Formats: sequence, structure tokens, C-alpha cells
Amino acid sequence: MYDLIIIFILLVLGYVFGQAAEKRHFRSIIKREEQYRDLLTFSKRFPLDADYDQKASLVGGSVVISVDYFKRFAAGLRNLIGGRVTTYESLLERARREALLRMKEEARQQGMNTIVNVKLETSSITKGRRNQVGAVEVYAYGTGLVSNIDQ
Amino acid sequence: MIVTNIEIIPGRKIVKHLGMVQGNTVRSKHAGRDIMAGFKNIFGGELKGYTELLTESREEAVDRMKQQAQAIGANAILNVRFSTSSVAAGAAELFAYGTAVVLE
Repeated sequence: MYDLIIIFILLVLGYVFGQAAEKRHFRSIIKREEQYRDLLTFSKRFPLDADYDQKASLVGGSVVISVDYFKRFAAGLRNLIGGRVTTYESLLERARREALLRMKEEARQQGMNTIVNVKLETSSITKGRRNQVGAVEVYAYGTGLVSNIDQ
Repeated sequence: MIVTNIEIIPGRKIVKHLGMVQGNTVRSKHAGRDIMAGFKNIFGGELKGYTELLTESREEAVDRMKQQAQAIGANAILNVRFSTSSVAAGAAELFAYGTAVVLE
């Protein structure tokens, strides 16, 4: 009986705080994406027919995000039926966008205005046995360049 | 030492190819971080301790790769790739590799 109560409390806590944190995170992501709009980012190697300075450096950003208790529970239930696990989809989206933003931040700090050949790497920190940390790490990296294109 | 993940550096010529260089590091997290991560596991959100840990490790892997390149007389590493793999429970390997070259 006590176990059930604890699980219920954890679910409620996870839902309330998890949802709030996610909303806050998405808001901040959208805001910062607007700031870095003028920093061109490509997954191609040399997409622009432009002149580049002889400056080049590797830039990258990484983030580790964990799921909350409610989401893990919901995903566990979903596992029984199969289908889209929407709770994890938003987690991964958050992680990817945040990693890209951190990469752009680093590029801007180094004075670059273009990032080419962007690669994203995702890895799960621990594959979820019970009571283990279920989290994903996303690392985004690319080559920062200075191009002479007017924004 | 220039490090990039494209094959060329704009406007510079490659004089000599020196082959692959690589660097790796295996890290595990310490218990304190694990406990904090356990809390975060309920509420969700970013695990800052882990982010730091992985960033540091990745830097170290890159540093080792650079040292190796320096030792064979390169002044740039091109086409760098990263890979992560979990070796044992609680430990992760971060691996960086690329091609060492001499630029004029």
C-alpha cells in the first residue's frame, strides 16, 4: 500500500515539475534560436558559393537531459501497446535543439558566422534498468568558418 | 593546431598527409553526481553534472588526439569524428579521430 502511495506521489511530482520544466525550456530555446538566427548553420560541407577566411575551428555543444518519473511511467505503459512514445519524442527534440544552440554559442564566441558540416550524435547514458538514470546525451559539432556573405 | 571536421581549410593547401590520429578517454561518474541525477530522474531536466563531465572528457580526448598529431609533426587535423560508447555500467568511452596533415 505504501509503495503505491509513494509511486503516486512521484508520478504527481514528476508530472507537475517535469511539465513546467519542459515548457520553460522550450520557451528559452525558442527565444535563443531567434538570437542566433543570423548564424548560418548547414549540414552540407560547403553549401555557399562564398569566400571564406582562412580561419576554421571545431565547435560543439552537448547536453544531457533526463526524463521525469511520469514520462518514464507513461513510456512504460506505452510499451505494452506499442506505437508512438510522444513523451520521449519531446525529450529528444529538446536535447537536440539545446545542443545545437550551445554549438552556435561557442561559434559566436570564437567570432565565426557560419557553421558547416554539422553532425549530431545521440547516446543514452544508461540504458534503463529499473532505478537507473534514464537520460540522453546529444552532442552537436561542426566546423565554424567566417564567410563574407552579407546577412 | 587547427581542428575541423571538413576535408579542407579554405584557402590553404595540404602539403603532406600523415594518416589517422586518435584520442580516447574512459570516464565514470562519481557517486555524488549519481545521487543528484537520481533526484533529477524524478523531476526531469538537464543533468548539469553529466553535461560537464562529458564535455571535459571530450576535451581531453581531443587534447590527446592533438598531442599525437603534434608528435608526428602535423599542424592540423581534418575530418574529425566523435564517437561515444558505454563500456561498462556507469562508464563511457569518448573517442575522437581524424586525419593529421601538414598545411603550408
